[in-house]
Amino acid sequence: MSDDKLDAIVVGAGVAGCTVALLLAQEGLEVALIERGPFPGSKNLSGGVLYGQVLHQIIPNFWKKAPVERVITNQAVTFLTETDSVSLDFKTPSFLQKPYNAVSVLRSKFDRWLGEQAEKAGAILIPGIKVERLIREENRIIGIAAGQEEMFADVVIAADGANSFLAQEAGLRQRIPEEHVAVGIKEVIALPQEVIENRFRLEGNEGSAFNIVGSATQGIAGGGFLYTNQESISIGLVIQLADLVQRQKKVSEIFDQFLNHPWIASLIKGGKVVEYGAHLVPEAGLKMIPRLFMDGMVVIGDAAGLTINNGFWVRGMDLAIGSAIAAAEAVVKAHQNRDFSAESLALYRQKLEESFVMADLRTYAHAPHFMQNARLYKRYPQVVSEVFRQIYQQDASPHQPLRQIVRDAVRSNNLSLLDLVKDFWNGGRAL
Amino acid sequence: MNRLSVTERLALNKYELDDGHPHIIVNNEVCEAECKIRACLFVCPANVYSQQNGKIVADWAGCLECGTCTVACPPEALHWEYPRGGFGILYRYG
Ligand SMILES: Cc1cc2nc3c(=O)[nH]c(=O)nc-3n(C[C@H](O)[C@H](O)[C@H](O)COP(=O)(O)OP(=O)(O)OC[C@H]3O[C@@H](n4cnc5c(N)ncnc54)[C@H](O)[C@@H]3O)c2cc1C
Ligand code: SF4
Ligand code: SF4
Repeated sequence: MSDDKLDAIVVGAGVAGCTVALLLAQEGLEVALIERGPFPGSKNLSGGVLYGQVLHQIIPNFWKKAPVERVITNQAVTFLTETDSVSLDFKTPSFLQKPYNAVSVLRSKFDRWLGEQAEKAGAILIPGIKVERLIREENRIIGIAAGQEEMFADVVIAADGANSFLAQEAGLRQRIPEEHVAVGIKEVIALPQEVIENRFRLEGNEGSAFNIVGSATQGIAGGGFLYTNQESISIGLVIQLADLVQRQKKVSEIFDQFLNHPWIASLIKGGKVVEYGAHLVPEAGLKMIPRLFMDGMVVIGDAAGLTINNGFWVRGMDLAIGSAIAAAEAVVKAHQNRDFSAESLALYRQKLEESFVMADLRTYAHAPHFMQNARLYKRYPQVVSEVFRQIYQQDASPHQPLRQIVRDAVRSNNLSLLDLVKDFWNGGRAL
Repeated sequence: MNRLSVTERLALNKYELDDGHPHIIVNNEVCEAECKIRACLFVCPANVYSQQNGKIVADWAGCLECGTCTVACPPEALHWEYPRGGFGILYRYG
């Protein structure tokens, strides 16, 4: 590292950091992209469904060159009871139209590729270096330090992920409360391509994405996911930490029981586990967004808490890219005006407000609260499963009309009409 | 179907082990004084923490670097930082 001052230092080569470095380099700025892993992606983990239209705006037809696994044409929600499953399964050829609605990715490959694109645009990638602290001059951030080395720039962009020690150090963010995060656990399970295509009824590069609620998490707030890759399945759980701590259940055992559920077991049968990982998910939405900028620094992606989990999907990668675009616009402007003060960098917040990122965070502002409703995880899956059992079970006794079946199932699960009305109202508001 | 144990799962992962440089240090005085729940024993997906002779011990080599323990644990009990640059878990899939 040299003493020469750079235009920008990006800390963290995830999707957020790689994207912002790429955009700044394209605008001719001298930008360093520092990553603690030996290559971009080596520390990163997600479920893997990338809602990629926002990336297509920056790298047109990115799927032609990028390591994408499958095009998601089938999205489903599955309710689990201890033994049963009920799925609402949506499949449409229209999702095969370009630009694709969503593709599955594996971050170790995908981020590495995205980092290469940033390098090709002129960004200086510095892997294998952990940024240890920020360098200040009065209240302004002027650089970073790693070991004995120091590096200076007009602006430091913290793209260092969910834990963001840099945003905490800068005072932009408090110590993370457990109510604000979920722990994500994931296994990658290898299966031959034909097996995946037969099992999920997929043609060619089509892919499936299941989000799973109910007994997946033993009644603890959270949910599961199962996404198809070309020759593997990404399967995992996202469990709210505060609820987990309260229930005092061992997270690895919850995961084991999930994998042993008959419905899950049948979908991963014969597969070979090739990797086991974990990562935090910022989950509190609008509530946890820190101050996003100060003199000489901005915070983007997961570091800024920009993730949404509403039970139907988890989204963070597209929001990370969206925030990188907003930050790049503000930094380019600041560079032109030679003004990196908080007032100048406030343009980042404004651009973020104008983008889909804040719009969606606002739309789903009530989702975190709704998702904490215990009825969602225990009783509703049970009700749905009982209703379906009554509809399909023929045991030579007279059938009840559907409205009676539903009423009985609701009653036998100790749900009141009031609960139902309340939850539907809240669900309607939150989702 | 027989599932793998956590130890067996971790053995499938790739790590660059930074021998002699633990990135997690437990301050057992705080554990004893302040912590009843002992969340580290059940929130860690890699089962890094265990109790040995009444003391909490961190088998840090298998850490997945998620940060969950740092959030669940009372402040000051853990000295937790990312491993040095280039070391620790190396996801091949992610
Ligand atoms: C289980 C799970 C499932 C998910 N599923 C989905 C999904 O299906 N779709 C979706 O869109 N999103 C999903 N997400 C969310 C998504 O993964 C994140 O929103 C996304 O990774 C955020 O990207 P980022 O670049 O902001 O952060 P990260 O990807 O976390 O990148 C941060 C980078 O900073 C580096 N870094 C950190 N500290 C330092 C330091 N001090 N010095 C140098 N480098 C540092 C890290 O090594 C890392 O490379 C999921 C998340 C989890 C955990
Ligand atoms: S949770 Fe933290 S304070 Fe409590 S026992 Fe574990 S390490 Fe100690
Ligand atoms: S960071 Fe995650 S994997 Fe590592 S010890 Fe803490 S909880 Fe366990």
